[in-house]
Amino acid sequence: MTDATMADMAASGGQELKTSDGRSLKAALKASQSVERRRAFLLVLPLLALLVASFIIPIGQLVTRSVYNPEVASYLPETSSALSGWNGEGVPDEEVFAALAADMVVGAENRTIGRVAARINREMPGTRSMIMGLSRSAEELQPPYREAFLADDEGWGEQALWRFLKRETRIITPAYYLIATDLEYNAEGEIVQRPENYQVYRTLFWRTAWMSLTITALCVLLGYPIAHLLATQPLRIANILMILVLLPFWTSLLVRTSSWIVLLQQQGVINDMLVWLGVVTDSGRLRMIYNKTGTIIAMTHILLPFMILPLYSVMKTIPPSYMRAARSLGATQTYAFTRVYLPLTIPGLAAGVLLVFILAIGYYITPALVGGDSGIFISNLIASNMQSSLANLKLGAALATILLVLVMLFYFVFNKLIGVDRLKFG
Amino acid sequence: MTAENASQSRGANVRYENVQKSYDGETLVVKDLNIDIKRGEFLTMLGPSGSGKTTCLMMLAGFEPATNGEIFLNNAPINDVPPHKRGIGMVFQNYALFPHMTVAENLAFPLQVRKMSKADQEAKVKRALEMVELPTMGGRRPAQLSGGQQQRVAVARALVFEPDLVLMDEPLGALDKQLREQMQFEIKHIHESLGVTVVYVTHDQTEALVMSDRVAVFNDGVIQQLSPPDTLYESPRNSFVAQFIGENNKLDGKVESIDADYCSVRLTDGTQLKAEKVNVSSVGDLTTLSLRPERVETSGLDGMENVVRGHIEELIYLGDHIRVRMNIAGNPDFVVKVRNRSGEQKLKEGQELDVGWRASDCKALDHVQ
Amino acid sequence: MLRKMLLASAATVVVTAATPALTQDADSLTIVSWGGAYERSQQLAYYEPFTEETGVEILQESESANGLAGIRSQVEAGNVSWDVVDLLQSDAQRACDEGLLEVIDPAEWLADGDDGTPPEEDFIENTMGDCFIPQILYATMFAYNTEAFPDGGPQTVEDIWDLEAFPGTRALQRIPQKNLEWALLADGVEPDQVYEVLATEEGQDQAFAKLDEIRDSVIWWEEGAQPPQLLADQEAVIATAYNGRIFDAQMNEDQPFEIMWDHQMFEVDGWVIPVGNEDELDTIKEFIRFSTDTQRLADQAQYIAYGPARNSSASKVSTFEGTDIEMAPHMPTNPENLETAIAFDVQFWADYGDALEERFNAWLAQ
Repeated sequence: MTDATMADMAASGGQELKTSDGRSLKAALKASQSVERRRAFLLVLPLLALLVASFIIPIGQLVTRSVYNPEVASYLPETSSALSGWNGEGVPDEEVFAALAADMVVGAENRTIGRVAARINREMPGTRSMIMGLSRSAEELQPPYREAFLADDEGWGEQALWRFLKRETRIITPAYYLIATDLEYNAEGEIVQRPENYQVYRTLFWRTAWMSLTITALCVLLGYPIAHLLATQPLRIANILMILVLLPFWTSLLVRTSSWIVLLQQQGVINDMLVWLGVVTDSGRLRMIYNKTGTIIAMTHILLPFMILPLYSVMKTIPPSYMRAARSLGATQTYAFTRVYLPLTIPGLAAGVLLVFILAIGYYITPALVGGDSGIFISNLIASNMQSSLANLKLGAALATILLVLVMLFYFVFNKLIGVDRLKFG
Repeated sequence: MTAENASQSRGANVRYENVQKSYDGETLVVKDLNIDIKRGEFLTMLGPSGSGKTTCLMMLAGFEPATNGEIFLNNAPINDVPPHKRGIGMVFQNYALFPHMTVAENLAFPLQVRKMSKADQEAKVKRALEMVELPTMGGRRPAQLSGGQQQRVAVARALVFEPDLVLMDEPLGALDKQLREQMQFEIKHIHESLGVTVVYVTHDQTEALVMSDRVAVFNDGVIQQLSPPDTLYESPRNSFVAQFIGENNKLDGKVESIDADYCSVRLTDGTQLKAEKVNVSSVGDLTTLSLRPERVETSGLDGMENVVRGHIEELIYLGDHIRVRMNIAGNPDFVVKVRNRSGEQKLKEGQELDVGWRASDCKALDHVQ
Repeated sequence: MLRKMLLASAATVVVTAATPALTQDADSLTIVSWGGAYERSQQLAYYEPFTEETGVEILQESESANGLAGIRSQVEAGNVSWDVVDLLQSDAQRACDEGLLEVIDPAEWLADGDDGTPPEEDFIENTMGDCFIPQILYATMFAYNTEAFPDGGPQTVEDIWDLEAFPGTRALQRIPQKNLEWALLADGVEPDQVYEVLATEEGQDQAFAKLDEIRDSVIWWEEGAQPPQLLADQEAVIATAYNGRIFDAQMNEDQPFEIMWDHQMFEVDGWVIPVGNEDELDTIKEFIRFSTDTQRLADQAQYIAYGPARNSSASKVSTFEGTDIEMAPHMPTNPENLETAIAFDVQFWADYGDALEERFNAWLAQ
C-alpha cells in the first residue's frame, strides 16, 4: 500500500482504521515492515559510510577551507582588537605595534606565526621573510615598539600592510574567491580587476570548458557510428568490436597517454609518415602534442568508451522495425534517422555527453602530460596550488569549489533541458 | 471481396516472378516464387517459422533485396525502388509505433513526410482515429495504450496516407486470444470498406482462414498451395497442407487400385478403404490418407463407403461436442468429433465402436512418415 | 548518479586523503621518498645498513611528490603515519613555517664530521633549515643532445637564447623557478644580483620579456623523467634537467647527452620529520644520526650523481657502483662545475613564489 492510498483512506474514513486486535492499522503496518526496513538500511550502511567519509566530509572541508581565514583573527588576537580602533589612515600607533609584538612572541612559541606570514605574503609578496625574521627575535623587542619594528624593516611602515591586516581580521573571507576569479582588493579595499599580468584563472576556466565541449563533441562524432555498428552487428562480431572499444579501458592511463606521445610528437610516427609522404617537410614537422591539439586528441581517445557504452546500451534496445516503419511510411534514410532514430537514442546520447563532459572538465593527468603550455586545464592549476603553500592550498580549494559549482550548474541546466531521469547510463 | 469488385477498388496488384532469396549464398530461403496478387485482394502468407513467408514480405516492402527474379507493383518492377518510394503501408509484428511521439504524431508522420498542409494532416489523422475507433487517444503516447489500442493505431498509421497496398507482418501475434479474434474482424472490415490490397503474414492458420481471400501456404521456401480458405481446408493438395490447416487424421497405406477419381487403399493392418485420388499417381504408391475429424460419423453408417470398427481410448468433454480418441486400423491417435445431442448413445472409454466416412471426404495424398 | 559523477570530478580536486595509519611500534619506520633510482640509492646506502645494525625495519613509500600536501593532511588529521620524509628545501621551509615539522637541534640530532667538525659547520653553508637536515645537493642545468649539434653545443646560458646558432626546441620545466633566473642571466644581469633584480616589478618584467624571446621554441615538462626522454627522441635538442637523470641516461642508456654546467642552479634535498610521532622520536633520531653521517652520505654517491651535503664527505666519494668511473667530476659540487653556479634561493622563492607562479601561469595561458 502506498502512502497516497493510506492518506486517502485516512482522509475519507475520518477515523483511524484498526486491526482486528484493536491496534492502529498504520502502526501495525509500520511494525510489520520495520524489520525489512532496518535490514535494508543496514545493507546500504557501508555505502553511506563510505560516501560520508570519502565524499561529503572532504567536500565540506574543501568548501570550508576556501573561506576560512583564521590567520589574523586567531593567531594575532591582540593585534586584531587593537586594529579595530584604527581609522585606516597613515600607520597605526604604538598600541597596535605593542599588541603585534605580544602576538608575535606567542606566535613564535606556538609556531603559528608562519601561517600568518604565509597568508599575508600571498597578497603582499616579500612580507613573509620580514615577519619570520622579526618573529625570531620578538622576545627581545623593547618599547617603543613602533620604532623597533620600523628599525627592523621599513616594510612595517606600509599603510597597505595594515589595511590588509585590518580587512582580514574577519574569520570568513572571500579573498580567495576573488583571486580565483582574477579580482582583488585594492588599497582602498574596493574589489577591482587584477593586473593583466596576473589574470589567469578566468582564462583557464573558459579554456577548460570549451576544450571539454570540443572533446565531448568529438566523442559524439566518433562514438555514435561505432555504437550503432556495435548494436547492429551479429553478436559474435559485436563482441569482438566491443573488446576493441574496451581495450583502452583496461590499459593504464599513463601507458595510453605515453603512446599518444610516441605517435604525435614531432619526431613521432605520424610526423615521420607525413614527411615520408611529402605532406610536410622535415623542418616543418607538425606540433601535435604539448599543446591544445595533444590534449584534445588524447582525451577524446581516453573518454570515448564513456560515450560509446551508454549509446550502445540504448541503441541495442531500439528494434530495427522503427527505422523500417519510418521508411515504409515514406521517410528517406536521413529523415528517418533525424526524426526517429536520433530522438530514441537521446537518453544514451545525453548520458554520454554528461559523463564525458563532466569527466573531461575535471581531468588532470592527461593535460599535465601532453598539454604543454596551452593545453592545460584548470585542474592542473588546482593541483599545483594544492601542493604549494597553505595560502595557495586555500586558493586551490576556492578554485575547486568553483569548478564543483560549475559542474553542478551544468548538471542542473542539463537536467532542465533533457531530464536526467530519462538518461540511460548503461 | 473478391475479384469481381476489385476492379473498382483502389488496390494495387503485385506480382512475384521467379523470385529467389538467399542470405548466405549456400541455401535458398525462398525458392522460385511466383504469385499474382490481385487488386483489392486479401492474401495471406501462412507457414511455420522459417518457411520464407516473412522474407517474401520484406522483399516486397523493400527491406531485403531479391537475390534473383523480379517483383512488380502495379506492373512496374520495383527491385531498384527504395522502400520509402514504394508507397506501401506496413504493420509490424510489435507495431513499431514511435515511442517518443504521441498517437497523433505517429499518424501524422507519413503525412509530414509527404509535406501535406497542417490542416489536411489534422483532418486525415482525425479520420484515421475514427476509423479505428480511438477518436480521443490522439494525445497519448503509445506506451499509455493497451495492446489492442496500439494495434489499431498501427493499422491506422499504415493506412492514413492511403496506400494501395498494405503489408501486415504477424500483427496480432502479441495479443491475447479474445482480442485477436476481435481484431481479425476489424481488420477484415477495414479492408473491405477501403478496398486496398493486403498482404498478410501469419503462422496462425485460423487467422488465415478467417480473414483471407486467398491463402498461400509456405513450407521450406516453396508455396505448397495457393487457394481460397475453403478449398485449402476441404481440398488440400498435399499432406503438409492437410496437416497444417485444421485438425487432421492420418492413415498410412498403399494404393491397390485406381478407378477414375477414386482409389482403393490397403492400410498397414490390412483394412481396405476407399479414398479420393488427389496426390497419388499409380497402383503400388505409398499414400497417407487425410480425413477431417468432423467428417467421421458414428451413426447412420448405411451407405458409407468406409466403415471401420475401432476402440475408444479416451473421451474429452468439450461442451458442444465430445472429442473421441480412437484406435483405428492401428492408429491410436484417430480423432472423431461427436456432436453433443440429446438421445445420442452414451460412449464409454474402452468400448468398441463402428465409425464410417464417405470416400469423398477422405483424400489420398503423398506419403509422409 | 549525480553523486557518482560529482565524486569522479571531485576526486581530481580533493587532496588525496592520508593513507590509513599502520599500527606502529619502534620496530619499524615509514620513510617517504621520491622512488626510482634516487630512492634506490637511499635504500642501499642508508636503509639496509640501518636495518642490519639496529633491526629496525624500514617501510618505504614513494610519495614525496605529494610530500607537503601529505604531511599537512596527516598532521591536521592528527594521524601521522610518515616518520621521516624526503623533501625539497623549499617545501620543507613552507611546512616548517606552518609548524608541521619537528624543529631540529643539530647538536642533539646530528653526528660530528669524521674529522671532528661540528655538524653546524660540516654541512654546506646555507643548506641547513630549522626543520630540515640536508642530504644531497643536486643541480638543475641545461643539457643537450650532441647529435643535434655536430659542431659543438651551447656553452653558456646566452647560447641557450641564441636560436640562430643553436636552432631547435628547448624543453623547460613548467615552473617559474630557475627559468626566471636564467632569463635574467642571459639578459646580462650579474649572477650575484639576480635575486635582487627579480624581487622588483621591473626585474620580473625583464625576465618574462626575455622568456618571450624563445617562447615559440619551448615545450614544457612536468616530471623529472621527461627531459632525458625528450632529448633521446630529439623532441627537444636542449633541455633543463636534474643532473642525476642525465648522468643516469649517459651511464645506463649510453645516450649522447652533454651537460652544460654554466650557471647550473643547485639546491638541497633532505629529511624532515612531521610532528606527531613523539613515541618513536628516539628511533627516528637514531636513523637521522646514522644516515647523515660523513660515510653514509659519501656512500650514497656511489649510486647516484648527487653531491653529499657534508663537506667532510666530499673526499670519500668513490666510483659509480660496479664501474671504475670516478663520481667526482659528475657531481654538482665538483669545483669545475661550480664555477658559475647559482645557489637556488629558497627564501626568495618562499617570499615571491606564490606571486611569480601566478604570473608565470598567466604568461603561459596567454
